[in-house]
This record gives sequence, C-alpha cells and structure tokens, in this order.
Amino acid sequence: MTIENREEFLNKLASRLGRERRTEGVERPQWSVTPQEEVFKGMNQDELAEVLEKHCQVIHTTFKRTDRAGLTKVLQETIEGYEGKLIVTSNDPRHQEFGVAEFFEEAREQLDVHVWDPAAGKENQRIAEQADVGLVYSDITLAESGTVTLFNNKNNGRSISLLPKTFIAVIPKSTLVPRMTQAAQQIHRAQAQGEDCASYVSFISGPSNSADIEMNLIVGVHGPIKATYILVD
Amino acid sequence: MSIKLGEVPYKDRVQTGIEDDFMRQAVSSAQGRFRNGRLTQAAELGNWEDWRELGSEIRTHTLQNLDYYLQQLSDNVARRGGHVFFAETAEEANQYVKNIIKKKQAKKVVKAKSMVTEEIGLNKALEEVGAEVVESDLGEWILQLDEDPPSHIVTPALHKNRQQIRETFAKKKGYTGSDTPEEMAAFAREQLRQDFLAADVGVTGCNFAIAESGAVTLVTNEGNAEMVTSLPDTVISVMGMERIVPTWEEMEVLVGLLTRAAVGQKLTSYITAITGARLEGEIDGPEEFHLVVVDNGRSKILGTEFQSALHCIRCAACINACPVYRHIGGHAYNSIYPGPIGAVITPLLEGYDDHKELPYASTLCAACTEACPVKIPLHEHLIRHRQIIVEQEKKAPTAEKLMMKGFAKWSSSPGIYNLSAKMAKPALGPWTKDGMIENGPGPLKDWTDARDFYAPQGQSFRAWFKQRQKDGETS
Repeated sequence: MTIENREEFLNKLASRLGRERRTEGVERPQWSVTPQEEVFKGMNQDELAEVLEKHCQVIHTTFKRTDRAGLTKVLQETIEGYEGKLIVTSNDPRHQEFGVAEFFEEAREQLDVHVWDPAAGKENQRIAEQADVGLVYSDITLAESGTVTLFNNKNNGRSISLLPKTFIAVIPKSTLVPRMTQAAQQIHRAQAQGEDCASYVSFISGPSNSADIEMNLIVGVHGPIKATYILVD
Repeated sequence: MSIKLGEVPYKDRVQTGIEDDFMRQAVSSAQGRFRNGRLTQAAELGNWEDWRELGSEIRTHTLQNLDYYLQQLSDNVARRGGHVFFAETAEEANQYVKNIIKKKQAKKVVKAKSMVTEEIGLNKALEEVGAEVVESDLGEWILQLDEDPPSHIVTPALHKNRQQIRETFAKKKGYTGSDTPEEMAAFAREQLRQDFLAADVGVTGCNFAIAESGAVTLVTNEGNAEMVTSLPDTVISVMGMERIVPTWEEMEVLVGLLTRAAVGQKLTSYITAITGARLEGEIDGPEEFHLVVVDNGRSKILGTEFQSALHCIRCAACINACPVYRHIGGHAYNSIYPGPIGAVITPLLEGYDDHKELPYASTLCAACTEACPVKIPLHEHLIRHRQIIVEQEKKAPTAEKLMMKGFAKWSSSPGIYNLSAKMAKPALGPWTKDGMIENGPGPLKDWTDARDFYAPQGQSFRAWFKQRQKDGETS
C-alpha cells in the first residue's frame, strides 16, 4: 500500500505551526467539559427502551416490542405488512438464539430467505437488490437517536440494510445504551487494545430520507423506504 | 468548477439575488426551519454551551497537532489496505484521481455529496478523461442535470422550485411524472439505483477521518454515500486536510454537533465509517481504496490568526443564521462556500483579489458566531479581513475609498462644509418627499435602493446649536 508525498506535506504543516514535526507523544488533553457523559446517565434498560420508542416516531420508524417467545409472530406480521416474499439476512448465530432460524424453516413455503453467503460473491448483492426485506440484528442500539449500530463483516454484508425496499432490525434489549458516546467508547477501547474496527461500521437511524426538493421531507430515497425495529426483552 | 463560481461582479450578483423572489422566500423559510431545529436540539440538551466548548477544544487540539494525526491516519489507512495521497494543490489531487480512473478504465463514476471535490473541480477533471460522473445526492443530482452551482452547503438546490426540477428531469432524463416531491424522488431513486449498480468507481468526501483507525466517516440522510462506498470495486475518498479527529470518541461528539447544528437531527439516518479495503471474504465495499488528503491553500491559514477558520465542520449553522445570506442567497457570494464561513475562508483560500467584497457581506451582528457549534469567532474574522483589506491590501471597495477621501477633504474645511450643509437641502429638493429621500441620485442611490434617507435640514448641527444657545439667552 502506498503513501505518497507525505513527508513534504506534513513537514510544511509543522513549519506553518512554527515547530518541529510531531511524530509521537501526542496525547489528547483532558477536556474541560464532558456533556456527552451526562445524557441519560444512570437509566436502566427499560427506561432506555422508552426513550428509543419515543424517538422512533421522530425518525419515521415503526417500533414493536416483544419477548423471545413472541418474536416469531411479530416478525411474521411485520414481513407480511411489508408484503415480503424475498428476504435477505445476515449469517448470524442470533438466528438460532432467538428462534428465527426455526421460523424461516417453518415459513419456507411462503418466504424465500437468502442468508448472506461469502462464497456466493456478488450474487449476494444482486439478491439484496431484489429483496423486499433486509433483516439484521443490532450490535449496539443508541436510545437517544434511535440508532442501530452494525459491525458489518463477511457474514453480515452492508447491502442487507441498504438495498432492499424495507428494513427490519431485531434489537436485543441488552444492546441498548444511552447514546453514540457508549458505542464510540467501545470501539475506541477495542482499537486501543489492538483490535481493529470493522471495515464498515454503520449507524442507521430509520429509513432513508431527503429534504432536497423545496425542503419537503421525503421518506425513502436511496436506502430502504420503510423501517421497523423489534425490541426483544 | 473551483471555489469561485463565475465572473459576474459582486453588485450584479447581489442584485440578482435580491430580485429572485422565489429564492429569497425559500432561503428565508429554510433558515427558519434549520435555525429552529438547531435551537430545539440545543434546548433539549440543556447544556449547549458545554457542547460547543467541547467541540471547540477538540478542534483546537486536533489542528494544533495536525501533522501528527494525519501521519497516524495515513499509517492506519495503509495498514488496512488503502492508498493515501497527499495533494498540495487541486491539480495534484485531480491528476491522482484521473490516473486511477485511467488505470481502471472506468466508464462510470458515482459520487456522494462532497464540498471539497466541488472546490477542486474534480468532476470536470474526470470528464476530461472520458468518465461519466454521476452526483448521487438528490440535490446535487438536480444541480448536475441543470448545470447549476450549489447555493447552500447542506441543501445545495435550495434555490430551485419543484416546477424547475420537473422541467430539468423531463428535459434531461425523459421524466413524465408530476412535480410532487415524492414522485420526483422516487424517479431519482430508480434512475440512480442503476448508476450505483453499474459504477466502476465511487467518490466520496469525508466528514471526519478517524486517525486511530484510519476510518473515513460519512454523514447522509439519503443513504447515497453508503451506496457509493458499498457497490463499486474502487472507492476514492477526498478530504480537506483538516477534516480529522483523533479517535472515535471525538468523532462521536462532532457528528452529534454537526447533525444538530446543520439540520436539527440527533443523528442523520446514516452515519458510516469505512476503513480501508474490504477484508477477505467480504462482498460489499471496495477491493481498492484511496484516500486523497487535500491542502489547496489550507496550510496558508495554519499558524495564522485565522487558524480557527479551519475548525469548521461544514454544518452551515452560520449560513442559516445570517441576515445577509437571507436576502442575497448563496450565489451572490460567488464561492462554493457562501455565508459567513464562506466570507471568511474564501479570501483565505483564493486571495483577496477576487473576493474582497465578501467580508463586507455582513452586518457584523455576530449571529454567525453565536450559532457556530465549534465557536469560531466568525464576525471577528470578518472585521480582521476588512482591516487587512483597507490597511495592507489597499483594496477597500472603490466607493468607500472615494467617499472616505472626499469626506476627509470636505469635512476638514469649515467653509466648504458649512456651505454644502446649507446647499444640500435645495440641491436634493427634487428627490425629497415629506422630508425623506426614497430614490436618491448618484452616490445616494446605493443607500436609497434599500432604505429611505432623511433629507438635509439646511443647517449644520453646529449652526443649529449656536442658534439654540442664542435663543436660550434671549428667552
């Protein structure tokens, strides 16, 4: 991998700043204020779930809540509501954990489910592009902004939550945190310990939208047109 | 395109803006909505000043150690399988990207909205080597089809109405539908989806690069940046060299400030951090990733009294607060960076010669400074620009120079001054109505175009005061 023109470029910056080049030993200072730590501080998972539910109205996202036993039924209803025939989803151990794998098996007459498969190459994208529904599990859920965080990888392609017409995120209650601060801290801590971040980290808050024509809000532009979050207790 | 939009003189641009009723109405309503959004978000947080302080501290620290963080960033991008090119000029940046396009024999390039690629004129450069360039942000796509420059850095097509957009779609893309925003957006979705799938190369800007990981963070609502970075096999991100943060923790704070200050959202629908090339077994994302770090005049600002102008996170809160922008619109600034921040950085990046009027396109009311989420003292920078223009560059607007010179001569001679004070009233008589001048002649015209002028009273203050004293003595 190449890095071109770096020395000259950075030497010039150092000289403009009136000092020698800094190549090591720079530490972030202690910031004088840390308001990001205070938001929803001390809230428990149920309180955060309420914050999330409320914010889903702002981001045009349907919010549903159920438990492990009820998930299959809620999922089925949601897919039906989206007239879902072709579903694309991640190759995720949580399908087993939440009983979703079993549901797919039972519904195989009605639903065509494509599980992301690295061996299938670009075919995955082609299917996702045709799919009615993309289904994923949230890795970290940000209550304040109604955001599903995805660490995309070879079993969990970015296209799943992007190309289909609609988007369903299953949110395990344990993934709820107050806001983006906690997600950023988690990624930073891992990085500081030498664990590289995913090549794609996606923070998704509801369906795609635009206000570029006369400032009218249009929900559903390039990404999914509709979104549902299913919180699982 | 470059930073500068064209050759039309400042006064004519302002006049065009002022006469464009639709644009002024659109700008004023957009300003109101964006401003309310920002204020609502700030009120909800309750401690907005702490957030601004934090944003300011982060930007200050990062810029003071810019060489260190850019080195860390580039090392990490390379470690994650990406290439990094440091470009001192727009030409160098464009040449590098052109070479990739040629090497890849790319026919189609899709782009996500990016101010820095507008700044360096990348689209034109790519068309020179025969690539079709497609802007994918809805607003940018409309402008591209209509060959019109952006007028706002967040909603670039703000100055266009729906009928104009429908005509453009019909003329350029054979659109036959109505002018409802939903239908036109659905048409754009369908058209651009094909472009995303067919593109050989994706080009993005960069909201915040994260030094500790080598990641590039992109902020959108439409999901177009995600398409541009997920589908093509080659992705090129172009960043202004100052668009960097040390770690994910600072990225998070600044993204929250950006989305709140820009559009009043807690976060936009999509915040995506992409790092290097795709990993083994991954299907989405590029197999070849390039990061182009652009100086293009920014280093001239570093180490000067204007350094904080580089703290800008391109939220447009200052633009949305500015009473002058409200009336003249974005194109009057003749820069891809309009409004207060544009008036500060355009002369810094391109010199005073072509942009000496911009620091005067301000009432110095400081609404911009108050709105800025990273506390850039914008109006103070504008005052300093004016000082430099007058004192060092000797480039004060001609009318101001003549007026000052004339005033000095005229007012320093009591005889002439007294005479003209007496003469002014009868001389301006023909333009005076009920003691006001609504449409003055000559040099007065600039003033009376915008507001009325009190007609002279026929005696100077001194004469009046003397008379008053005399009256006082006799009574």
